[in-house]
Amino acid sequence: MFVYADNAATTRVRPAAMKAYLETAESYFGNPSSLHSAGQRAKEELTRCREGIAACLGANPGEIYFTSGGSESDNQAILSAAYSGAKKGKKKIVSTAIEHHAVLHTLKKLGKEGFEIVLLPVGTDGIVKTADAEKEIDENTCLVSVMLANNEIGTIQPVAEIGALCRAKKIPFHTDAVQAVGHLPVNVNDLNCDYLALSGHKFGAPRGVGALYVRRGAPLLNLIEGGAQEKGKRAGTENLPAIAAMTVALGEAVRELPAYMEKVSALRDELIANLSKIPHCALNGDPKKRLCGNVSFCFEGIEGESLLLLLDEEGICASSGSACTSGSLDPSHVLLAIGRVHDVAHGSLRLTLSADTTEEEIAYMSEKIPQVVAYLRGMSPVWRDLKEGKRQYIL
Amino acid sequence: MSLYSEKVMDHFKHPRNVGVIENADGVGEVGNAKCGDIMKIYLKIDGGIISDVKFETFGCGSAIASSSMATELIKGKPLSEALTLTNKAVAEALDGLPAYKMHCSVLAEEAIKAAILDYYTKNNIPYDESLFRETSCAHCEDKPE
Repeated sequence: MFVYADNAATTRVRPAAMKAYLETAESYFGNPSSLHSAGQRAKEELTRCREGIAACLGANPGEIYFTSGGSESDNQAILSAAYSGAKKGKKKIVSTAIEHHAVLHTLKKLGKEGFEIVLLPVGTDGIVKTADAEKEIDENTCLVSVMLANNEIGTIQPVAEIGALCRAKKIPFHTDAVQAVGHLPVNVNDLNCDYLALSGHKFGAPRGVGALYVRRGAPLLNLIEGGAQEKGKRAGTENLPAIAAMTVALGEAVRELPAYMEKVSALRDELIANLSKIPHCALNGDPKKRLCGNVSFCFEGIEGESLLLLLDEEGICASSGSACTSGSLDPSHVLLAIGRVHDVAHGSLRLTLSADTTEEEIAYMSEKIPQVVAYLRGMSPVWRDLKEGKRQYIL
Repeated sequence: MSLYSEKVMDHFKHPRNVGVIENADGVGEVGNAKCGDIMKIYLKIDGGIISDVKFETFGCGSAIASSSMATELIKGKPLSEALTLTNKAVAEALDGLPAYKMHCSVLAEEAIKAAILDYYTKNNIPYDESLFRETSCAHCEDKPE
């Protein structure tokens, strides 16, 4: 059996999106910046796409900027607000400890440039507290950035509440919604955000395309210099086939959202219940306030990379926050932030489901994962020490 | 997965010499759970020859494969020869490891040396201290939680 359970990494391209990609490449091959009819037809198609994406987010078309994906969108939003704030002498940025590296590394860079970076902690449930944000947001703050849903443990953050705080204090607010768009209802007005980053390939569009929502009036600097595309804020000939595919994919995802969420959250809960029976394991993140497709566990006494490799042998594609899968010595910053110590954070497993996930696949994973965990524990000196009482169980 | 050579995958999926030797003559454990790698080597020694060897490993695919390969390379060998086993030889026998996984082969070398040292110490056998360098994982001990 082949089970693709790594949809938070990337999704299969939706057939309708693939069709749109090919048709657009063929029918709208002109450059939207060209004056001739082929170019103008492409420009009209680009406008329709912008309207389509905006409609899915409750935004105005003029507030949508097409980018290469989530990382670029996050970078542009953060740098824009930061450099604009610095001109007014405001150099404090408030974010969270569990952001994606596209946000964290951008903040780190700003920290080296003299910005004060405050990363709010999260509870063991993987959720940041609005009250903690409120304490840190002050008159020197030029940006608050809080992700809508976490990529590793799927927890959904109180973005609308924190956005309301920022709105009241007139502080630019960015949300990295890369994992959320297409997976839960997202409306820029409900979220009170000034910037919102999204990425096409997380909801069935091809890779290499995304968008940044920028509320009218919010500062925006361009990262890429060149032509006047995207109102001069993002140079480079528009990737129209991918943009069209993303528009179709998002439209479909939003239409299917209620049914998708109901179906996939039921599968998620079933998988969580089944895997919870494995001794000395723990679910990462709040059991309910999480993405409908996210299942994340830590298993004591084993290491995540070897778990992934053996699951792959069984046909199960998953992911882990272990250090060995990232090439660094430290396990995932998200798992450490929710209080998992290094020893158990190394033994993490993330399974992310999709609308294509079946009951059979859940049953298959529920059968294979406990077997592989038990096999690896069988050769683990850590597990032996735990069993023999020479080491204390953490989970 | 193309991250690893076929040989690494073979030793990872079908590890040789996994297990424990009860009343082993020498036991060596290196690494720590914080770093994500622990290797434990058990030796049975008869007349200066490694007559049996077993291992237990907590770690990634290359750590398990390195342990497996290292035990194969020393099984049936005199201690003097096992002591000359380098991490490079383990990695080469596996048709190479990714650069950031080379420490797994270092752990295998160190685990074997630690097991031999344990045997020497337990039996009051004099040995050349220069053959036993400090373990590379010492820095992990100081790592904050």
